[in-house]
Amino acid sequence: MGKRVLLIEDEPNIIEAISFILSRDGWTVETHANGHDAVDVVQGNLPDVLILDVMLPGKSGYDILRELRESHGRSELPVLMLTARGQSKDRDLAERAGVNRFMTKPFSNAEMLDAVRDLSEA
Amino acid sequence: MIALNALVAICLCYVTFLFAVAFVAERAARRGQVGWLRSPLVYTLSLSIYCTGWTFYGAVGYAARSGLEYITIYLGPSLVMLGWWWVVRKMVRIGRTQRLTSIADLISSRFGKSNLLAIGVTILAVIGTTPYIALQLQSVTLSFDVFARASGEAEQLPSAIWVAIGLALFTVIFGTRNLDVNERHHGVVMAIAVEAVVKLFALVAVGLFVVWGIGGGLGATLDKIDQSEIGAWQVEGGRWAGLMLLSAAAFLCLPRMFQVMVVENDDESHLRTASWAFPTYLICMSLFVVPIAVVGLDLMPAGSNPDLFVLTVPLSQGREGLAILSFLGGFSSATSMVIVAAIALSTMVSNHIVMPIWLRFTNDGATVSGDVRNVVLLARRLSIVGVVMLGYLYYRLSGGGNALAAIGLVSFTGVAQVLPVVLGGLFWRGATRVGAFAGLTIGFCIWLFTLFLPSVGPGVLISTTVMDQGFFGLSWLRPQALFGIEGLDPLMHTLLWSLSLNTVAFFAFSLISFPTPLERLQGAQFVNIFQHSSGVRSWSAGVAQSEDLMIMAQRILGAREAQALFSRAAQKQGVSGNLPEPTPGFLELLERELSGSVGAATAHAMIGQIVGGMSVSVQDLMAVADESAQLMEYSARLKEQSDELSRAARQLREANQKLTRISVQKDAFLSQISHELRTPMTSIRAFSEILRDGGQLTEAEQTKYASIIHDEAIRLTRLLDDLLDLSVLENGQVSLNLRHDSLRDLLDRAVSSALADEEGAGLRIRRDAGHEDVPIYTDPDRLTQVFINLIANAKKYCEAAHPELEIRVGRRGDWVFVDFVDNGLGISPEAQDVIFEKFARVSDQKAGGAGLGLAICRQIMTRLGGGITYLKGERGAAFRIELPTHLSMAAQ
Repeated sequence: MGKRVLLIEDEPNIIEAISFILSRDGWTVETHANGHDAVDVVQGNLPDVLILDVMLPGKSGYDILRELRESHGRSELPVLMLTARGQSKDRDLAERAGVNRFMTKPFSNAEMLDAVRDLSEA
Repeated sequence: MIALNALVAICLCYVTFLFAVAFVAERAARRGQVGWLRSPLVYTLSLSIYCTGWTFYGAVGYAARSGLEYITIYLGPSLVMLGWWWVVRKMVRIGRTQRLTSIADLISSRFGKSNLLAIGVTILAVIGTTPYIALQLQSVTLSFDVFARASGEAEQLPSAIWVAIGLALFTVIFGTRNLDVNERHHGVVMAIAVEAVVKLFALVAVGLFVVWGIGGGLGATLDKIDQSEIGAWQVEGGRWAGLMLLSAAAFLCLPRMFQVMVVENDDESHLRTASWAFPTYLICMSLFVVPIAVVGLDLMPAGSNPDLFVLTVPLSQGREGLAILSFLGGFSSATSMVIVAAIALSTMVSNHIVMPIWLRFTNDGATVSGDVRNVVLLARRLSIVGVVMLGYLYYRLSGGGNALAAIGLVSFTGVAQVLPVVLGGLFWRGATRVGAFAGLTIGFCIWLFTLFLPSVGPGVLISTTVMDQGFFGLSWLRPQALFGIEGLDPLMHTLLWSLSLNTVAFFAFSLISFPTPLERLQGAQFVNIFQHSSGVRSWSAGVAQSEDLMIMAQRILGAREAQALFSRAAQKQGVSGNLPEPTPGFLELLERELSGSVGAATAHAMIGQIVGGMSVSVQDLMAVADESAQLMEYSARLKEQSDELSRAARQLREANQKLTRISVQKDAFLSQISHELRTPMTSIRAFSEILRDGGQLTEAEQTKYASIIHDEAIRLTRLLDDLLDLSVLENGQVSLNLRHDSLRDLLDRAVSSALADEEGAGLRIRRDAGHEDVPIYTDPDRLTQVFINLIANAKKYCEAAHPELEIRVGRRGDWVFVDFVDNGLGISPEAQDVIFEKFARVSDQKAGGAGLGLAICRQIMTRLGGGITYLKGERGAAFRIELPTHLSMAAQ
């Protein structure tokens, strides 16, 4: 059993794509599709790498990350953030929230794979 | 014997001399060398135009006929100057402060600037003066006659018409010689003063000759007087009082007296000198009247005209030189009277009759001042000629046969009708325009009927029947026995009735009528003139005024500037300290400075008020009011501008806020677009890479991934289509394709289109067939688009287990509404506000839309003249679209 990735993302097709790419590389991919209870899901079953979308129904990816880092002390958890809004202020917001890696959609599959590998090894 | 031609030549020389005097005086006045022109002596001498040809020749005749009664004619004015000088002073003060031009102006101005009153007084004055001018014509003609007879040239006697023409010409040239139509005539006044000296000198010379040359010395002459009838004649108390009143009234009211006494007055203090000097002049004029009369009666053959003793007595003694001097004295008396009277009357006629008429008929002419000036001059010249010719007409009508004094008294009585109104106006605030008009009218009519018309001789202007039996045969309307009172002499009869009824009417009508505001204001100004304006020559008063001026100037100019101005002036004057003497020069400077800030009229009024040289006249007040109005208008304009500015600023602020809001919206929009584009592209890229990389993919996987790519590509296309559609709708660039159609058909099409794919089977639709039959004129394709969108939304978002959509149709007048209500959970209240915005997300679940559908629907409905709203209080999500059944082009 390989390392576990938790993907929090609401677009079904993107979930499918990322799951396929990571599974093929030997990762165990778990998914969750809304922001409401994302923090609880992460807390309940801490992954090796967390992939977090920004625009989520219920709660934004920034808020989820901030909560994890500040309220739950999850400062060590490697987090990769994905956003479709590719403006620089989005990157700033993500970094202030405490992101490890930030990627703008669309991304190449290899890029995604490299990022997850890097994060898990760091 | 001196030839007539020589006499005419002497006259011309004399006239030329007078012109020269006038010319020199006027040139001096223009150069500002007015010191000697403004001496009180000149003023006093100018008053002597009271003594006309009548006084010069007629007084002797009067004395020869009626004894000492002639004295009354001198006593009246003397008493006025000695005892009533304060009345004269009041008139002069008012005349100066109100800038009056004539007695008609005085009365009209006092009674609220009534032009009707001015016209009335002008007519009265013209008619009243006419006999007087006739008198002068007669005296000059008679004096020529004397010389003509003496030299045996009687057949060459110049007729009165030539005298009249000559006098008119003389006056026109003299009185309106230059283009200066100001009411002051320095040259004329100077010439009159010279003439006053000439006539006094001539009369005294004749008197001295008579007493010492003929009468054999003072004692002998006095004895002769005692023996003659003249000394014995009784003094008739009533008649004397009447005549004195008459002459006093005439002195105050004669237009020519007003001209020299008030209009030409330069300085009120001259009155002080005149109050003793003028009676003295009159005494000198009257001193030798009785001796000349007595000696003349004694010396001349019976039946010779006593009016001409002044000429005939020296001639009979072979003293031609003295006779010519005497002739010149009489000529002076006549010409000076005619000149001033004609000037005064022409001023009245042109100001009160001609100019108002001319201005009324030329609406635009008054803008060119030179134009008006020429008209004024022309009007005055014509008036002068007219006035003199009226005098000639009277002379012709009366046959030139009456005694000079009698004609003079007719004139006096007519002009005296103004007295009650003048005195009432000066001293009684209750006097009104109606009263003045009533009094003047009654007095004038009585005078006209009982004295003027009969005076030209029986049967000329008034028939003998009327004279004997009364007007309309009514005996109490007999001109010389009004109300049946007989036995009075005609003059006293007229004087009694006209003045008493005039006064009674004036008071009665004043009491029962109410003054207008302007009348009240003017009344107060006139009656209280001395409270409004203090000292006489206070232009040169002390430092106290300078302080007041300083305080005022500081208020208007600001402290620093005012102090600088004052100390500069003080330095210039060589006065120590900061307060200069209020010299006329400084006052002018200050007025100019002030007028820059508050306007000329206000500055003038303010300085006048403080310095006290003149009261604030109504014209001043009007001018001040005008200026204030202008200022108010100006400040109103300023306020308007500042309002406009702040309005513009607010608009700018709003525009700026709007721009900021739009900019924020634009950012959000771009961000949204980016998200909506990148999301499908992410899937497309990921799966296309997976497919490209190959590897161990099952057939099913390959197919699935390819169809995901396909779906996402379609989603992208639809997103772009929607964006473009919305953009077109928002910019109003969409052209509607209006057609007649049926609402039912549109709904049919929409339902079948929306439910075409297999997913559609899940949604049940309930229609409202009974109401759907609505003919409609609109863009059917666009409306169908909205319907499809709403049905598709229900299909996508309705959470119910058995989704159901109810489509209800209703009409209200020309409007139709269609409700789309599903049986889901509905839309949360906070979301209801935003669902029509672009990219609004209604629910958590993704349904493949970009969130532009309702925004597009709203745009379409707006274009179709209707709208789309969320219906609150329904079971599920409920939308209502409303639109006019017939979209008119105008509604777009």
